[in-house]
Amino acid sequence: MISWRSTWSIYTRELMRFLRTAFQSVLAPVLTTSLYFIVFGAAIGGRMPDLGGVDYGAFIIPGLLMLTLLGETTSNSSFGIYMPRFTGTIYELLSAPVGVAETLLGFVGAAMTKSLLLAAIILVTARLFVDYSIAHPVLAVLYIMLVASAFSLFGFILGIWADNFEKLGIIPMLFLTPLTFLGGTFYSIDMLPKPWDTIALANPIVYLVSGLRWTFYGSSDVDIGVSFAITLGFLAFCVAVIAYIFRTGWRLRA
Amino acid sequence: MEPILELAGLSKVYPGGLKALDDVDLTIRKGEIFALLGPNGAGKTTLIGAVCGLVRPSAGTITAFGHDMARDWRRARSRIGLVPQELSTDMFEPVERAVSYSRGLFGLAPDKARIEEILRSLSLWEKRDERIMALSGGMKRRVLIAKALAHEPDLLFLDEPTAGVDVELRKGMWAVIDSMRERGVTIILTTHYLEEAEMMADRVGIINRGKLLMVDEKDAMMARLGRTEAHITLARPLDMIPPAIAKFPVELEADGASLCYRGGDGTGKGKAEVAELTKALIGSGIDFTGIETRESSLEDIFVSLLGEEGGAA
Repeated sequence: MISWRSTWSIYTRELMRFLRTAFQSVLAPVLTTSLYFIVFGAAIGGRMPDLGGVDYGAFIIPGLLMLTLLGETTSNSSFGIYMPRFTGTIYELLSAPVGVAETLLGFVGAAMTKSLLLAAIILVTARLFVDYSIAHPVLAVLYIMLVASAFSLFGFILGIWADNFEKLGIIPMLFLTPLTFLGGTFYSIDMLPKPWDTIALANPIVYLVSGLRWTFYGSSDVDIGVSFAITLGFLAFCVAVIAYIFRTGWRLRA
Repeated sequence: MEPILELAGLSKVYPGGLKALDDVDLTIRKGEIFALLGPNGAGKTTLIGAVCGLVRPSAGTITAFGHDMARDWRRARSRIGLVPQELSTDMFEPVERAVSYSRGLFGLAPDKARIEEILRSLSLWEKRDERIMALSGGMKRRVLIAKALAHEPDLLFLDEPTAGVDVELRKGMWAVIDSMRERGVTIILTTHYLEEAEMMADRVGIINRGKLLMVDEKDAMMARLGRTEAHITLARPLDMIPPAIAKFPVELEADGASLCYRGGDGTGKGKAEVAELTKALIGSGIDFTGIETRESSLEDIFVSLLGEEGGAA
């Protein structure tokens, strides 16, 4: 049976770790988002046409949100489990009467919480630059939570897979960020020439950005059902991998 | 006495082929201090890891408090504490919060009074608000002990508790271990300080290359394998052992300038025999100018056992 006290202990400790660097954790996304809005919203955005009836500055909000969400969620979660492995403090977790449920709810729940806080900060920051409204706010929150949980789990897998700091950073830096930039953060894939508009559909991040954009403005590059299905599929895949890791003790127990 | 932990046929082979544990059978009794001795790489930490969930055994069973660790690990682990060899903890955390976290991790409700009691018993109360990184090495090790005690375990593993600790702090640590025993905690400690095992342990196990070579009461082991050695410096060299002392296990050394006695069994028999030997020497008119005696330590027994095993291999 799941121990809620153990879960709460892991969860609050992870949040404390976040609060220790709160200034940097909050300031960095505020600064980055502001820079994006200054460059793409004010400098370039003024010369761009409306996309699907949405002002360009407002159009890029879901993409920017996704850019930060994917990066921060993945790195928060991967660091959360990698650091105890690196410093050896994981012994305490492994020798405690806690299983996969407590560990995931604690680490992944904390990473999700941090990400949702960051999402709120970004939306507030964006409001300072652009006037926007959210067409489906409940679905938007649900979708953000879904993406945050999927990528928290993904980060957790990365943190277990990585056996050095280079590996820890390589996936977010070399794959996630480029794929997000190419995933329609700053443009609609309809704007791409053929055959790139079709090739772009092979990028899974397109579906995530598009899904979030739909919850904001009611229209997107791909069907919202497909976006939800792909996100849920990725979540299920991560859960299966983590179940395997805990069953076999891969990279956790000698 | 009631068994608290039972290992049966426990083996661990690491992916590279290293056999770290080889068919280990061991029973730990409630309330005892058990010292597991062995050289580096003998399998001590692997054995602890297997019981505490850090290492997946290749074969064998572990039963703690009557629970099979493979199936009923939650209940078993909730009663086991571990102090690791390395000083592994979040160095940025204040002492009290770190210890409270450990209690919560094991599923127990917060209990400030209990945490205070633990911290006071380890002389950490005054340091409760300090970050662990600001503490000395000895204090950090005490924090690890406090964390391991936070969930009030019945069985505590101390993996090299005094490694890298100076003599004074080591003695302080022994006092801490002694007080835990008084509280009824069963303790398994690994060490390669044989003096430590000699001072603290009720029973001793000797492990080498993953095999448990011997498990016995410390006193019984000392009695069985212990020896007295006496060197008697003679006033005048002898050519041969005189008949009056031929019944004693003696031999001439240094070209007959000294007489060496090796005998006894670690119970004091050796000392008595040395006294008889000196009387016999005086009775035979053999003069001597000095006597030097020493009892064999656990270390001598340990070295001799490892030597025998090396010879047999």
